[in-house]
Amino acid sequence: MIIYTLAFYLFSSVAVLSALMVISAKNPVHSVLFLILSFVNASGLFVLLGAEFLAMILVVVYVGAVAVLFLFVVMMLDINFIKLREGFLQYLPFGALLGIVLIVELGILFLTKNFSQSNLIIYSKFPAIAEIENTKMLGSVLYTKYFFLFQISGLILLVAMIGSITLTLRYKNNSKKQIIYNQNNLDTSQAIIKKKIKLGEGI
Amino acid sequence: MSITLDHFLFLGAILFTIGVLGIFLNKKNVIIILMSVELILLSVNINFIAFSVFLNDLSGQIFAMFTLTVAAAEAAIGLAILVVFYRNLGSIEVQKINKLKG
Repeated sequence: MIIYTLAFYLFSSVAVLSALMVISAKNPVHSVLFLILSFVNASGLFVLLGAEFLAMILVVVYVGAVAVLFLFVVMMLDINFIKLREGFLQYLPFGALLGIVLIVELGILFLTKNFSQSNLIIYSKFPAIAEIENTKMLGSVLYTKYFFLFQISGLILLVAMIGSITLTLRYKNNSKKQIIYNQNNLDTSQAIIKKKIKLGEGI
Repeated sequence: MSITLDHFLFLGAILFTIGVLGIFLNKKNVIIILMSVELILLSVNINFIAFSVFLNDLSGQIFAMFTLTVAAAEAAIGLAILVVFYRNLGSIEVQKINKLKG
């Protein structure tokens, strides 16, 4: 139990500190790398909670795809990031005030509600967690009860893919391209011409 | 001193606040704003999974998975818009995004 507590505090403190570095780092590349660190620590917390499948998904999807996508974009665009940081200190007092108010409100909410002893647990209908392994259990629920939502999330990903391709696709006027309509409508009798060429004269 | 649900909820609250703060402080840099949105979604995921485990209900983990899907789609489209915006204006300052006003 003491190891569990220590691991929780280790993962959560690193996650919070790296999240702070994400929003305050001067170089956006460093920001993205700290974001990756934060996600890795959050996946460690998920393992502590017993949600192993989501922990692995977080590493694969976020660290492997989303964060690397961010890294690509940050390195691809040639931007003067110093100029973009103007006004950081100007908004700091107001932002800090707002943050403190938000965290105090949320803390009061959590301390007064005492969710652990509330009667929310009556509503849970699924089998007790940790009877079988996490991935198997998720699959047995995801492909039966939440099947349509699963399909719709696939559709969302398809729309996102088509949307981002359409947004960034750029046609160039000076490039030579095959016009597919004309190509498909070609008649072979017009495409090939037979000619008899006399010896030594050419066409 | 065992770890309870409240510990995870407080961690989620702290991460959420950091995300909101990041949007406020980096008003000009769209990339950092997108990263702050990712942090907010991560904190929501922590809340979902903590509730799911402590209330012994699997629905929270399923919804965390859907949140991951939507977050990935959002990041892809956001970055595509960012690239198009940079190509047209040569800058990613948020204040300059007012072309839709006509």
